[in-house]
Amino acid sequence: MNQTLFDKLWESHTVKTLDSGESLIAIDRIFLHERTGSVALESIVEAGRKPRTPSSVFCTIDHIVSNRVDRKVDEARMPGGDIFITATREAAQKTGINLIDVLDVDQGIVHVISPELGIAQPGLTLVCPDSHTCSQGALGALAWGIGSTDAEHAMVTGTLRVKKPPQMRISVTGTLGRGLTAKDLALHIIAKFGASGAKRCAVEYSGEAITALSIEERLTLCNMAVEFAAFTAVIAPDEVTVSYLKEKRYAPTGVAWDEAKSSWLNLNTDHGAIYDYDYAIDAADVKPTVTWGTSPAQAVAIDAVVPSDANLKALAYMDVSKGTRLSDLAIGGAFIGSCTNARLSDLRSAANILKGHKVASGVTAICVPGSMAVRRAAEEEGLDKVFKQAGFEWGAPGCAFCFYAGGDTFAPGTRVISSTNRNFEGRQGPGVRTHLASPAVVAASAISGHICDPQHMSEGV
Amino acid sequence: MQPFQLHTGIAAPLLGDNIDTDQIIPSREMKTVSKTGLASGLFAGQRYIEGRVPNPNFILNIAGFEDATILLSGRNFGCGSSREHAVWALKDYGFRAVVAESFGEIFYNNCVRNGILPIQISADMIAKMGPNVTIDLPNQTIDSVSFDIPAGDKKMLIEGLDMIDQTLEHKAEIDDFFKNDKRVNSWKY
Repeated sequence: MNQTLFDKLWESHTVKTLDSGESLIAIDRIFLHERTGSVALESIVEAGRKPRTPSSVFCTIDHIVSNRVDRKVDEARMPGGDIFITATREAAQKTGINLIDVLDVDQGIVHVISPELGIAQPGLTLVCPDSHTCSQGALGALAWGIGSTDAEHAMVTGTLRVKKPPQMRISVTGTLGRGLTAKDLALHIIAKFGASGAKRCAVEYSGEAITALSIEERLTLCNMAVEFAAFTAVIAPDEVTVSYLKEKRYAPTGVAWDEAKSSWLNLNTDHGAIYDYDYAIDAADVKPTVTWGTSPAQAVAIDAVVPSDANLKALAYMDVSKGTRLSDLAIGGAFIGSCTNARLSDLRSAANILKGHKVASGVTAICVPGSMAVRRAAEEEGLDKVFKQAGFEWGAPGCAFCFYAGGDTFAPGTRVISSTNRNFEGRQGPGVRTHLASPAVVAASAISGHICDPQHMSEGV
Repeated sequence: MQPFQLHTGIAAPLLGDNIDTDQIIPSREMKTVSKTGLASGLFAGQRYIEGRVPNPNFILNIAGFEDATILLSGRNFGCGSSREHAVWALKDYGFRAVVAESFGEIFYNNCVRNGILPIQISADMIAKMGPNVTIDLPNQTIDSVSFDIPAGDKKMLIEGLDMIDQTLEHKAEIDDFFKNDKRVNSWKY
């Protein structure tokens, strides 16, 4: 029987099929963070239970940690948030798992540091009580987001009970146009399929436009799979994946590396394997894409207008009208950060546009690198200076302005162009109007003062 | 976990698609490291107006719906963040079931783990429901309309089982799996 990549990952982790029809799936790595992992850790401690393999459990502090550059070890970005940080630290110590603490040199957003440290690897199962865990399928891992109770289950039993999801392939043929990014592709796909368009499938991305992407770009693409209701996304590992992982902290070494490499390069879909849904899209159709509404699926090309069948509630919240050209919208905020777009290549692409320019007056602009490693590398290249000279604030790693948790954010009613993943009502703060876009579009818009295609910078500035 | 067998209650319609977990409980309402005490944060963004005064237009503030135990919604209910607090807040408020055209994957599983029954039926059926609704899980009916539910989820809900204990009954097979995997895929360990 010809198998898909997902079939192979699934089968190699199936402990047994239960009477209920669910599979008992072996879990290789578990990642936690202070917002949803704290309660899972505390709960297993209270129940007198233990992680089966503490060394395979990792925990970071990213969601509500302060983003001030000189933050203290317990400092949260909203009042009262410190208890999540201290509770996580205590429970991590009690359970003996790997904690990557606030001031650790490896600290950062879970989906940025897991690949960066080589914790996510092809052929592994990895779960985290965080919906954007699908990002890590970019490496050929079977990685998906779960709830806190399932995180307890995974830690204690080493397994999860899961019903095998249906499968979808999205083949992206051709080449992305000049200056276009994985974020534009992700928004294009979600807009095309709709917010529930992936039908709870495991989605495999393939095709020449996908293999041409770097690992950082693949992470951005897979990151947004949950935004169109995918169980997860996965991309077959290749030489790009292998060279990305080589010499990463937790990657195999020596003989184990050679074994891993040959196992990884055999992980792909057999010719003739059948998917429940099989689609092809042409990369040449992708344009710089920006959301106009309150769902990531409400997105159009930057030079297009808000559609005539737009949802009225979304129009009212966003204060836009049918027929409004996105590039005519003035902005008051710009944010570059999050597990979607806060890696080194994202910061480079934004800095490239910002160099020699100033943020438009009235625009509050913020950049928060995805991890300490990204921040260090960016500072070594002088990118922090480019951001600061342009008028951006430069923050300490964490999820930051991707979501509002209380505390400081943009003023109600502010229109914000953001490199993040969700434009839900109130996501970045009460009344804040979020437009999702690539880091390049965010940078160009910050300078222009309105939503702006970087390729039209001369007209905009 | 409270077993779910037969339940009759008031069904509150909160129609519309893509009601995400940020709307079910905004992050700012997650104030303690706990699975309880979250009821007041449920739908906080819409349920209250300035100064935390109840919004008279929100369904749970409308006479007759305050004690709703069944929530009716549209497509992709519970999409977005994985926060299980969305389910804990619904449970804390007193909800026993959520009826929708479809669900966010993680939210659906979180419901089952917490004794809340997620029922997936068509929009037409949902539109005809209420205000009093009877759910019979063993017979898989809601007001005599049949619904589908995976057998494993049904069993967990009806019996109110602790899933970790259930899974640990397979511990010997889990141990064997990892022992063999360590041999075959030693690079992973």
